[in-house]
Amino acid sequence: MLELIDVQKTFNAGTINEKRALNGVSIKLEDGDFVTIIGGNGAGKSTTLNAIAGVWPIDGGSIIINGKNVVGDPEHKRAKYIGRVFQDPMTGTAATMEIQENLALAKRRGKARTLKWGVTRREKDEYRELLKMLDLGLENRMSTKVGLLSGGQRQALTLLMASLQKPDILLLDEHTAALDPKTAAKVLELSDKIIAENNLTAMMVTHNMAAAIKHGNRLIMMNNGKIIYDVKGEEKKNLTVEALLEKFEQASGTALNNDRMLLSRNSEM
Amino acid sequence: MEQLQAFFKGLVTTFPNALPGNVSQGLIWGIMAIGVFITYKILDFADLTVDGSLSTGGAVMVVLTLNGVPIPIGMLCAFLAGCLAGLITGLLNTLLGIPGILAGILTQIALYSVNYTIMGKSIASVSVDQYPLFLSMRRVAVTNGFWTVALELGKIVLVVAVIIAALYWFFGTEYGFTIRATGCNPNMSRAQGISTKKSTVIALVLSNGLVGLAGGLLAQYSGSNDVNTGRGAIVIGLAAVIIGDVLGSAIFGKHFNFVAKLCFTTVGAIIYFLVLQIVMLTGIPSVFNKLFSAVVVAIFLAVPYIRKSMKTSYRRAARISMKNTSPTDGGDSDA
Repeated sequence: MLELIDVQKTFNAGTINEKRALNGVSIKLEDGDFVTIIGGNGAGKSTTLNAIAGVWPIDGGSIIINGKNVVGDPEHKRAKYIGRVFQDPMTGTAATMEIQENLALAKRRGKARTLKWGVTRREKDEYRELLKMLDLGLENRMSTKVGLLSGGQRQALTLLMASLQKPDILLLDEHTAALDPKTAAKVLELSDKIIAENNLTAMMVTHNMAAAIKHGNRLIMMNNGKIIYDVKGEEKKNLTVEALLEKFEQASGTALNNDRMLLSRNSEM
Repeated sequence: MEQLQAFFKGLVTTFPNALPGNVSQGLIWGIMAIGVFITYKILDFADLTVDGSLSTGGAVMVVLTLNGVPIPIGMLCAFLAGCLAGLITGLLNTLLGIPGILAGILTQIALYSVNYTIMGKSIASVSVDQYPLFLSMRRVAVTNGFWTVALELGKIVLVVAVIIAALYWFFGTEYGFTIRATGCNPNMSRAQGISTKKSTVIALVLSNGLVGLAGGLLAQYSGSNDVNTGRGAIVIGLAAVIIGDVLGSAIFGKHFNFVAKLCFTTVGAIIYFLVLQIVMLTGIPSVFNKLFSAVVVAIFLAVPYIRKSMKTSYRRAARISMKNTSPTDGGDSDA
């Protein structure tokens, strides 16, 4: 379970570039919730995920994971609760390390690292089975350096890595934005599958409104560092892109300013 | 003409005689270069601490030996002194946020005073006649006969082999993985629960420990340690790493694995000293050693870039375009 209470973050405070990125974000996720997040440019979508992951300390509020306030933990300590996939396929994996070595690093997320072998034979068998599930032929290339994989393959691998050690919360930060439409659809489908099979609690930032409606059981819309719309269940299922745009104008008082989002309004995912 | 004759004469007479000495020196510097490999190649951190920590290892070695401490313990202490130097750079970088190159330079400069203080003077000597030194350049003189020279070389090769084996093991462990991941992708590392600060410090400690040990071996080999021993050491270390990398990649291609990389770093150091010897035979004064090292490193660093731009460059594109595109007749394309 994840709960954000009045989370505040201002970048470059006291300078001309001061930006109030999170202005009292509060949300409570139940176990198994899969929340999609949409919003305009600079609304605070990615910032919210980074705040949860602890990329930097927040200025105020609480972040509670499984009943524990984690705001005092740095990024690498919070990693034990959190699986992450990033927008840039280069970010989620170590390019100069082998596929199996990357998986082994992820397998040990949140555990103390010792002087035991970094990847054992038994693990390799396990990884081979899991890689088969991706259906990308990676199970036969386990000792290939990840840098040689395509962006889509790397995102699929990162997804697998994020779920290898079951996370309390999975954070997907526009993880299909850098992929071509076909690959993006495949990675999204895989995300759905991994979240459902492991019954994960997940948050997914996307600029694709159709995808935000289609995936997950709950949708939130952000603007100016605040959550302005939160919908779940039947009501969410029955949403349309047009209705979403209207909601946005109603709640924020302005027209939606996310170009990528508007451009993608007609594409199906 | 006379000079050329002298050069070839030197190549035939001096070079073979100096060969064992150059190889031993290359092997010892190879240990130092392996230290540089850890920071430069694995951690992706240009660590200039080594210019100071090499002499620190030598100073500790000499002073302890002169005070009757057994040689193996002296060598262990040279290693630990290097570790300490690396720790300082690591803490300057991770705790105080000083950029890596600058942190190394600060430690390096500070170590100059420390090294002088350890020895109490700028050069301290330790004679192989009075102390049971592990290595000595006197024993590798060809006049000692084949077996004495071979034994001496064998001892250094053994040390190098043990170090490479230990590093192969270490970088295959969970701990070693964290250092490799940190050097490759710090963001990903933190997302996987790795403290990148901790792994940076550990890599710097390990690297400078090896450099300190190399300093201790070098001091025994040459029978003395100078506060200036390490000046420019980073450039020799880099030269070895890069020569080894270029050579190894050419020979092994895709199969250039970790152990081969470490071995070829040592080979790179040996080649460096052999080439240096040949350059010296031309009669160029030894004061040009450092200029030579800088030029070697510059050339080898430039090679991959030049190679790439030979395959693809604007000039090449223009040339190909000119050759293949015949101008359309009468300028119709404008219409």
